Amino acid sequence: MSKLTFILSALMAGSASAFSMTMKAQSGSNLRREILQKGAAIATAAAVPAAAKAYSVPDLNYPFEALEPYIDAPTMKIHHDKHHATYVANINKATEGKEEVDIVALQLNALEAGPAVRNNGGGHYNHAFFWDEMAPPDEAKKTKPSPALEAAINKSFGSLDEMKAAFEARAAPGALFGSGWVWICVSGDELKLVGTPNQDNPLMKGVADSVMFPILGLDVWEHAYYLKYQNRRPEYVSNWWNVVNWDKVSENFAYVTEKKAGVPVRG
Amino acid sequence: MTTAATKSIIAPALRAASVHVRSSVLPASISKSCAAHLSSVPPGGKATLPDLPYDYAALSPVISAETMELHHTKHHNAYVTNLNIALEKLDSAVSAGDVSSIIGLQGALKFNGGGHLNHALFWENLCAKGSVAFPTSGPLKDCIAARFGDVDNMKKEMSALCVGVQGSGWGWLGYDAKTGRIEIRTCPNQDPLEATTGLVPLLGIDVWEHAYYVDYRNVRPNYVNAIWDVINWTKVEERLVAAK
Repeated sequence: MSKLTFILSALMAGSASAFSMTMKAQSGSNLRREILQKGAAIATAAAVPAAAKAYSVPDLNYPFEALEPYIDAPTMKIHHDKHHATYVANINKATEGKEEVDIVALQLNALEAGPAVRNNGGGHYNHAFFWDEMAPPDEAKKTKPSPALEAAINKSFGSLDEMKAAFEARAAPGALFGSGWVWICVSGDELKLVGTPNQDNPLMKGVADSVMFPILGLDVWEHAYYLKYQNRRPEYVSNWWNVVNWDKVSENFAYVTEKKAGVPVRG
Repeated sequence: MTTAATKSIIAPALRAASVHVRSSVLPASISKSCAAHLSSVPPGGKATLPDLPYDYAALSPVISAETMELHHTKHHNAYVTNLNIALEKLDSAVSAGDVSSIIGLQGALKFNGGGHLNHALFWENLCAKGSVAFPTSGPLKDCIAARFGDVDNMKKEMSALCVGVQGSGWGWLGYDAKTGRIEIRTCPNQDPLEATTGLVPLLGIDVWEHAYYVDYRNVRPNYVNAIWDVINWTKVEERLVAAK
């Protein structure tokens, strides 16, 4: 990452958490103006911005069939090679000729940036995030939440089982209607359960009650499960726990807690 | 009090919905029973899954029998089931005067009621390939010519809108009673066209992934381009005439 984007993303991430904590103390628009002015000052002070480096589809860390029988190989292949690839192609088109921005940093102002960035920048981040939090079932079953994550789960949900039950309820077809994602996020010193529509995510300002940092997320668009499960989304969701890599989720938790920033992704 | 309250709120809405099923190419006995099902409102309300006007394989190869069966018996059926559950709860809430619960049910009513209405309309505006040609004269041709120039241009514009829907939703050709013109629109999720926009639905294209994933995978444009071959233009025109 270039020095410029590092500064910008650190500023934006830091300001994002400052934003939610100081909301009561300052009016939102004053703080927003301050962030924009600081950002503009840094941008103009920096060297001529480089042309945007294209985003890319990261390779999976496992073969397409690795998540069987819970997620089938044809779905993994199409989901990765077609759906995710389309989001990447489209976000590259939408950001062509513009200054390079890390995909995490791109999320914050995605709503303002317009539907092309919101849908495709969101789609790229969400899917890159998704691939890396999963592992083949044999590996996944050896993983578990770290002590710190376990403590946070117990504090916010009572227990891991209660968190899973709440997550499944939020992901049900009658609760998250149509296309979207369900997330567990760090927000302040709590974990929160959030559903978002289409390719939105809680890193985007204006989507959730405040900007939050996902540590776990599930795609419930029909394309994520249709070939194997058809309309049986609840079965897909309850099976999904078998491929969740809790070591990675724990790493995500440690990262966002320390950095107050979104989990970085490959691509 | 239950029956009176139910009849004054639910019945008119469902009777309005039944207009679309009533004017139908279905045999009279089936169309009447469909209409009756949509408008019948015993306490608790009972929507029912209408039979398709053709076999599951009738729209092949544009839409496979597998898709039609899943779409009808699983997806549409689930909307019917869940609509009935929501209507029962609504009935209880209305008779208890529980306004908070009535409001709380709006999401379920819109999702499932919209899902039921939209799919009932959808099945009827489809037919076997080659069985119905676009009319060479008449009110539908005239309306389309006035608004779009010709049907090919209408298809092009409507296809672009359908392909552009983000996530789940529907593309619609609709009639604006205020202006007397036809328009194209999209609605997200199962939001029903008329309740959302005031337009009377003439032709709907389902672009939820479940409508095309088995046959076209991620390539929604191929599905949308192909579906024009199985549109029942007679039905579309009937709806236009009824709406005018």
